[in-house]
Amino acid sequence: MSAPANQSQSKIVRWIDHRLPVFTFMQHELYDYPTPRNLSYWWNFGSLSGIMLVIMIVTGIFLAMQYTPNATMAFDSVERIMRDVNFGWLMRYIHMNGASFFFMVVYIHLFRGLYYGSYKEPRELLWMLGVIILLLMMATAFMGYVLPWGQMSFWGATVITNLFSALPVIGPKIVAWLWGGFAVGNPTLNRFFSLHYLLPFVIVGVVGLHLIALHQHGSNNPLGIDRKGPQDSIPFHPYYTIKDMFGLGVFLIIYAAFVFYMPNALGDTQNYVQANPLQTPPEIVPEWYFLPFYAILRSVPDILFIPAKLAGVLCLFGAIGVLFFLPWLDTSRVRSARFRPVYKWVFWLLVIDVLVLGYVGANRPEGWFIVAGRIATLYYFIHFIILFPVIGWLERPLPLPTSISAAVTRKGGARLAGASTPMEKP
Amino acid sequence: MADTAQPKPMDAHVSATRRDFLQIAATAVTGIGAAIAAWPLIDSMNAARDTLAAGAPLDVDLSHLQPGQQIIVLWRSKPIFVVNRTAPDLKTLQEPTVLDRLRDPDSTVLQQPAYAQNWHRSIKPEYLVLVGICTHLGCIPEFTPQPGGTLGPDWPGGYFCPCHGSRYDLSGRVFQGVPAPYNLPVPPYNFISNTVIRIGENPAGSTFDLNEIEQL
Repeated sequence: MSAPANQSQSKIVRWIDHRLPVFTFMQHELYDYPTPRNLSYWWNFGSLSGIMLVIMIVTGIFLAMQYTPNATMAFDSVERIMRDVNFGWLMRYIHMNGASFFFMVVYIHLFRGLYYGSYKEPRELLWMLGVIILLLMMATAFMGYVLPWGQMSFWGATVITNLFSALPVIGPKIVAWLWGGFAVGNPTLNRFFSLHYLLPFVIVGVVGLHLIALHQHGSNNPLGIDRKGPQDSIPFHPYYTIKDMFGLGVFLIIYAAFVFYMPNALGDTQNYVQANPLQTPPEIVPEWYFLPFYAILRSVPDILFIPAKLAGVLCLFGAIGVLFFLPWLDTSRVRSARFRPVYKWVFWLLVIDVLVLGYVGANRPEGWFIVAGRIATLYYFIHFIILFPVIGWLERPLPLPTSISAAVTRKGGARLAGASTPMEKP
Repeated sequence: MADTAQPKPMDAHVSATRRDFLQIAATAVTGIGAAIAAWPLIDSMNAARDTLAAGAPLDVDLSHLQPGQQIIVLWRSKPIFVVNRTAPDLKTLQEPTVLDRLRDPDSTVLQQPAYAQNWHRSIKPEYLVLVGICTHLGCIPEFTPQPGGTLGPDWPGGYFCPCHGSRYDLSGRVFQGVPAPYNLPVPPYNFISNTVIRIGENPAGSTFDLNEIEQL
C-alpha cells in the first residue's frame, strides 16, 4: 500500500493535493477502495465496458478526421478510409467491431446484475443509471450505423425514424423534424453525425454518475450479502486491477481475432452497397445486438384498440423501460440467485427467451417465426411483470452465510495478509 | 427589542409571500425565456427553405406507359408509383372475395384526396398514382401484379412489402392481418392534358394536403 497522498514523499504531490485533491481522490477510489474479496470474473465486465467506451471514442475521433458527412460523399469517404488512409482499415474495423463487442460486454454485465440481484436496495439508482447508459448506447450505435450511408444504413434509418410516426397526432411532424426534409437524406445524415459525436461524451458523464453511485455502497458480490467489516474486503489495487487486466487480455485476444481475421463476420454485406432510396434491400435486418428488440417490434399484433404498429413500438420501448422498475418488481429480499432455488432456474429462461427473440429477429416474420416471436415477446414481459414479484413472494430462499469471509475462507474471518491495513470508508 | 426578537406572525407571513412570489415569477420568466431561446435550435432541424423549394410539383408523361406497367418517379424524396392498370386488374379491385380481406376497402381513412376516394382510388380508373412508402415502417413495397405465385394461391396481385410482409392490392389498399395499418397514400395530382399528370398539384377546386393524411 502506498502512503496517503497528503503524506506523500513528493513535495509537489503534497502541494497540488492540498489545493486540488486529485491524488487523495484516486487513492480512495482506485487504491484503497474496499472491494468484496469474493468477486468472480463476471465482475470484469463493468471495467471492460469502460475500456470499450474509451476505445470507441479514441478510434471514433480519428475516423471523424477522415469521414465526410454528406449523402453524396459519405460512402466514398468510408471506402477511402479503408483503402487510402494509413491504418484507416484498422481504425474502422476496430470501431465497427467495437460496437458489437461493447454491446457484448454490456449485455453480460447486465445479465450478471440480473443473476446476482445487483439492482436491489441500495443500488437502485446505480442500476437505473446503467439502463440510461444502455439507451444512450443504442441511440449512438444506431446513428453510427447510418454514417457509412450503405443500403442498410439508409433503410435502417428509415425504419427506425418511422417508428415515431406511430405516435398519434404529433407522430408525422416529429418524423419530418427528425429527417429535416421529406425523407431520410442529407440533413438527416448531417445531424446523425453531429449527435453520434456528441452522445458518447454524454455517456461518459452518465458513467461518471454510475461510478459515484457504485462507490457509495461498493460492488455487490456473488453471495449478494453486505460486507460486514474489513475481513470481508480487499483493496481494489492490486487485487482487482490485476484481475481486470487479466480479463482484459483474454477479451482483447477474442476482439483482435475478429478485427484481424473476420472483420465483417458480424456485419451485413448489404451495407457495402451505397444507399439507394428507390431500392429496398431484400431484407432489412439490424445488427445482432438489436435483433431481440427488433423481434419484439415485429411480433406484436393489434392489441384491443391499439394498432399493431403503435403496439409494437410501445412494446419495443417497454422492453427497456421495464428494466427501470425492476428494483421494485423483484420482491425478494435476497440478492444472489445462489440462495434463490426457484429464481436460479427462471433466470435462464429469460436468457433463452432473449436468444429466441434474437433468432426470430434475424428471420422474416413468416410461418412459425411469427408464433415464436409472439410467445417469446409475451414471456419477456411476463418474466418481468409477473414472475419477478410472484417468485419473490412464494420462494423460500436458502439460509444466507453469516459473512463473506465465513463463506469463502476455510478459517472464516481471517484477514488476508496483504489487506492488513484497516480500510474504513472515507 | 421584544419586537425584533419576536416579529409579528403577520409580518413574517407577508414578507414570505412576497419572496415566494418573486421566486416563482423569476423561475417562470427564466423557464419561458429558456423555452423561447430553445425554439430556434429545434426549428433549425425542420426542413430548410431550399429543401422545401425542391418539393415543387412534377409533370409526368404517361403516353409511353403500357398496360400492366409501373414507373417510379421521385417527388419530394418519395417514390411515386404510377401504374397503367389492365382491365382484369380493374375487375379484381371490385371482387367481393378480395374486398372482404381488406382492412379499409372503401378508403374511409384519410389516405387519399376526395377525388381518389372511389373503388379505383384514382382520377382515371386505369391510371393509379400512389406514394410508394409502406405505412408500416417506410419500406418500398414491391410491384407484384401477377396473381398467385409465391405469395399464395389467393394472392390477387398488388404490392408486397419485403421488409415485414405487408400486402396491398392493386389500388394500394392494405390487407388484413399484416403489420401495415393503412392504405398506401395517394398524393395530390391532376391531369394537365390527356396523358400528362402533374404530381403535387390538386385539380382546380380541390384542396388536399399530403401532410394531413392519417399516415405517410
